[in-house]
Amino acid sequence: MADHDITDNLRERVAEAMTTGATLRLVGGDSKSFYGCEVDPSATTLEIAGHRGITNYQPTELTLTARAGTPLSELRAALDDAGQMLPFEPPAFDGCDGALATLGGTVACGLSGPARPFNGACRDFLLGTRIINGRAQVLRFGGEVMKNVAGYDLSRLMVGALGSFGVILDASFKVLPKPAVTRSFSAACDLETALATMREKRMQYLPLTGASYVGERLHYRLAGATSSVNECAQIFHNDIAGEEDDGSHWQALREHTHPFFDDTRPLWRLALPPGTGPITVDSSSADQIVDWCGQQRWLLSDAPADIIQACARRAGGHATRFRRGDRNLFQDGEPSIQLLQTRLKAAFDPSGLFNPGKLAAGL
Amino acid sequence: MSVSAHTPDATEMPAAARNHLISALRDIVSAECLLTAQDELAPYESDGLAVYRQRPAVVVLPETIEQVQAVMRLCHAESVPVIARGAGTGLSGGALPRPDAVTLGLGKFNRIIEIDAQHGTARVQPGVRNLAISEAAADFDLYYAPDPSSQIACSIGGNVAENAGGVHCLKYGLTVHNVLQVEVVTVEGERITIGSTAPDTPGADLLALMHGSEGLLGVIVEVTVKLLPVPPVAKVLLAAFDDVERAGDCVADIIAAGIVPAGLEMMDNAAILASDDFAQCGYPRDAAALFLCELDGSATEVDEQMQQVIALVERGGATQWRVAKDDAERAVFWKGRKSAFPAVGRISPDYYCMDGTIPRRHLGTVLQRMDALSKEYGLAIANVFHAGDGNLHPLILFDASKDGELERTEELGGKILSLCVEVGGTITGEHGVGVEKINQMCVQFNSDEIEQFHAVKAAFDPNGLLNPGKAIPTLQRCAEFGALHVHHGELPHPELERF
Ligand SMILES: Cc1cc2nc3c(=O)[nH]c(=O)nc-3n(C[C@H](O)[C@H](O)[C@H](O)COP(=O)(O)OP(=O)(O)OC[C@H]3O[C@@H](n4cnc5c(N)ncnc54)[C@H](O)[C@@H]3O)c2cc1C
Repeated sequence: MADHDITDNLRERVAEAMTTGATLRLVGGDSKSFYGCEVDPSATTLEIAGHRGITNYQPTELTLTARAGTPLSELRAALDDAGQMLPFEPPAFDGCDGALATLGGTVACGLSGPARPFNGACRDFLLGTRIINGRAQVLRFGGEVMKNVAGYDLSRLMVGALGSFGVILDASFKVLPKPAVTRSFSAACDLETALATMREKRMQYLPLTGASYVGERLHYRLAGATSSVNECAQIFHNDIAGEEDDGSHWQALREHTHPFFDDTRPLWRLALPPGTGPITVDSSSADQIVDWCGQQRWLLSDAPADIIQACARRAGGHATRFRRGDRNLFQDGEPSIQLLQTRLKAAFDPSGLFNPGKLAAGL
Repeated sequence: MSVSAHTPDATEMPAAARNHLISALRDIVSAECLLTAQDELAPYESDGLAVYRQRPAVVVLPETIEQVQAVMRLCHAESVPVIARGAGTGLSGGALPRPDAVTLGLGKFNRIIEIDAQHGTARVQPGVRNLAISEAAADFDLYYAPDPSSQIACSIGGNVAENAGGVHCLKYGLTVHNVLQVEVVTVEGERITIGSTAPDTPGADLLALMHGSEGLLGVIVEVTVKLLPVPPVAKVLLAAFDDVERAGDCVADIIAAGIVPAGLEMMDNAAILASDDFAQCGYPRDAAALFLCELDGSATEVDEQMQQVIALVERGGATQWRVAKDDAERAVFWKGRKSAFPAVGRISPDYYCMDGTIPRRHLGTVLQRMDALSKEYGLAIANVFHAGDGNLHPLILFDASKDGELERTEELGGKILSLCVEVGGTITGEHGVGVEKINQMCVQFNSDEIEQFHAVKAAFDPNGLLNPGKAIPTLQRCAEFGALHVHHGELPHPELERF
C-alpha cells in the first residue's frame, strides 16, 4: 500500500462526530482490539490504517517519524536497512509479523517486548506525536529531537491511553543501532534459582536483553558488542550451564505464539517490583511464565479478578486482565489516579468521542 | 550575573491577608521554618536566572509531607498561589517568586530514605541533591545516571520538575527515563502516588506528564529512582577540527557506525578558549571546534569501539585527536567542558545561556545564522553543544550595566530560539520554559495547542494556584507577542522548507 496522508479526512470525521453526537472506535490494524475494556458497541469505526508512511527517518540522528497507520513490519524493514531498531521490541500480536499492527496502536497500547527491562519501554523512546483531539483540532506535542521540555509532555501521555485522548496521527521515536551480535541460551532450573539468577545478573554491568523463565528453564539473551557478549556468555556459563538456541523463544514470547498462551482461561499480566519472589495465586488452576527479569508474569487462571488483583497488589504491583475473561475488569487503579485520568480525558475529549469505555467503564 | 530590574507584573499581597496567612502558617510549621522578614526573603528572590527577581510574600520550609499537605490545603482554601522551589538552580525563572504567593522550599527534604542495592532503586526526598544519590550509591557500585552540570547543587525534585538532562543522556536517558515513581501532593493537599516500581501501569502515562511540569501540576514530595551498575571502563577521546560542520559530520559518522557514546559534547572556538583559560585543560586553542566522545562498557568493548571512533575521526578530517590515558586525564578533558559556563562567566561581565535543541543535520546552518545574528547585535556568542542529542547552549556574552544591553541580548536570544523551531527543533531541551521562554512558547505552539496545555493544567489545578504565569503563556500574551502566525508548517519562509 502506498504512503498516504489522510489527516484532513480523519479530522473531518472527528468534526462530524462532534456535530452529530456520534462516538468513534479508533482502529489501526485491529491487532489489539482484545486489549482494554470493551468499546461501547454503538461507536462508529474510524479506520486509521490508511494514514501511513514513514515521513522522516534520520539514521544518524537516531530519530524516525511515521504516520500512525504505518505497519510495524514496514518500520522494521526501513530500520533494518540502516542497521537500527525500535529497542522496546513492540509486540505486533497480528499473527503476520507486524504486517497489520500499526505504529499508532503500538503507542496507544504502550506495550513492550522482552527487552523492556534492559532497553526501556515504548514510552521511553517516544519523542513526539501529532494528534486530533476531541475538538477536532490537529495538535503537535514533543518533536523529532531527543530533548524537549517545552510545554507538558502530552505525547508520552498518549502511551497507554488506548486512544481515549485523541486520534494519534504520527509518532516520532528515538531508535538505536542493532547490536552486533545476539545470542540466546536456556538452562534447566527451578523457579527460585531462575529468579535469583535474574536478580543478581541484572545488577551487574552485562549485555543482557532478555531474562525469562518458561517451561522450567531459565532463558537469557545477550546482545551487544561481540566481545562483551562472549565474555558474558562465559560468566553465565560458569554459574548456570546453559545451552545455546536459535533465539526464536523471544519472538514467541513477544508475540504470544508460545504454546503456553494457547489456552482458554483468561490471561493476566502481573507487573511486579524488581526482586518479587514466586507468586501463587490459585495453586489448582494457575499456570505462569516469567519475563522481564521477574517483573512481568503471565498468568492463566480462572480465579476471580479480585483475588488475582489483590495478589499482585500485595506484592507491590498490579494485575491487568490481558486476554479473555470479563473485559470490563481490565485494570485495578487507585481512585485518585482514576480521577485524574477521567479529568484528563475530559481535557482532551470533552464530549467523549473517542473509544468510549475502552480505558475504563464510563470513560 | 548582574541584575536589572526585570520582573513580570504581579501585585503585592495586601498586608492584612499576608498577616492572616502568616499566622495560619505558624500553626503548621515551626517558627524557624517560616521566613517573613525582608532580609530572610532576599535569598529566595531568584533562581539561577538572576536577571529576574521578585520577593515572595513568605517562604515556608516544611519538614514533613503532612506539613506540605497542610500548607497546600491552607493555600487552596485561601486562594493563595504556591511556588515550589528545590535548590533554585533553574535557568528559566521557574522558581521565580511572586509577591502574592508562598514560596514552598523543599530544602529540608534532604534525606535519602532507602537505597535498595539488590534491586537497583533509591527512594529519596525531593530536596536531595542529584549528586548525593550517586555518592550514596557508589558504595554498591551503582549510580544515578542523569548528571546535569549543576549536579552538586540541584535537587532531584527540581530535576523531575524540569526533566533535567546531563552529558550522559544520549545513552542513559533523561530524568524521565530514570524515575520509577513519584509521590505528589496535589493543589488540594491530597497525597498521591504516580508510577510504580512495577513496570508499565496501564492507563495514560501520568509519570511522564509530571516530568518537566515545572511545579504547575503538583508538589513532588518523594522520588524513587533507578540505579544502574557503574560501567567497568570509561574512556574519552578529544578530537579537534578546523571547521565546525566537519565536526558535526563526524559525530553523525560515529552514530551511523552503530556506536552510542556515553557522552558526546562539542564546543566552538570561543567556548574552547574560555574553558581552556579557566580550567587549564590543554584544549587545542586554534581549533574551530572540538568534541569529547566518551565510551563506556566492558574493557574489550570500549577498546574495540574506540578503535572504530579513532578511524572515523581520522577519516573525518580531525586536525588532531587524543585519548585520555587514564582516569585523571579523562577528568581533565571533562573539566574544561563541565566548567564552560563559569569559564564564559569570567570572560564577560554577564552571559545568557540559551537551551535550544535542533536536528543535528542543521547544525551548520544554525551556527551560520547565529553568527550573522551575533554580528547584527554586536554581541559575541560561545557555543557548547550536547552533540549526541542536538541540544545547543549558545552563551550570549553581554554587559548588563550597559544601557539596553540585556534587552538586546534577550531579543537576540529569542531569535535564536525561533531559529531552532524553524529548523524543526525546540526552544528548550532541558532548562524549561519558566518565565524566560514564555513568549517563545507562542512560536513553538499554536493557540489550539496552548489551549490544550491549559486544559491539562486545569485537570490538576482548576484555579491555577500552582506556579501561576510560568511555562504556558496565556493566549492573550501570545497575541501581544504577535508570534502566533509563526508555526510549524507556516514558517515565515516556507520556500526554505527546513533547509
Ligand atoms: C551552572 C548550571 C548548570 C546547569 N546544567 C544543567 C544541565 O546540564 N542539565 C539540565 O537539565 N539543567 C541544568 N541546569 C539547570 C538546573 O540545574 C536544572 O533545571 C535543575 O533540574 C533544577 O533543579 P533545582 O532543584 O535547582 O530546581 P529549582 O530551580 O528550585 O526549580 C525549578 C523548577 O522546578 C519546580 N520545582 C522544584 N522542586 C519541585 C518539587 N519538589 N515539586 C514540584 N516542583 C518543583 C520549581 O517550581 C521550578 O519551576 C544548570 C544550572 C546551572 C546553574
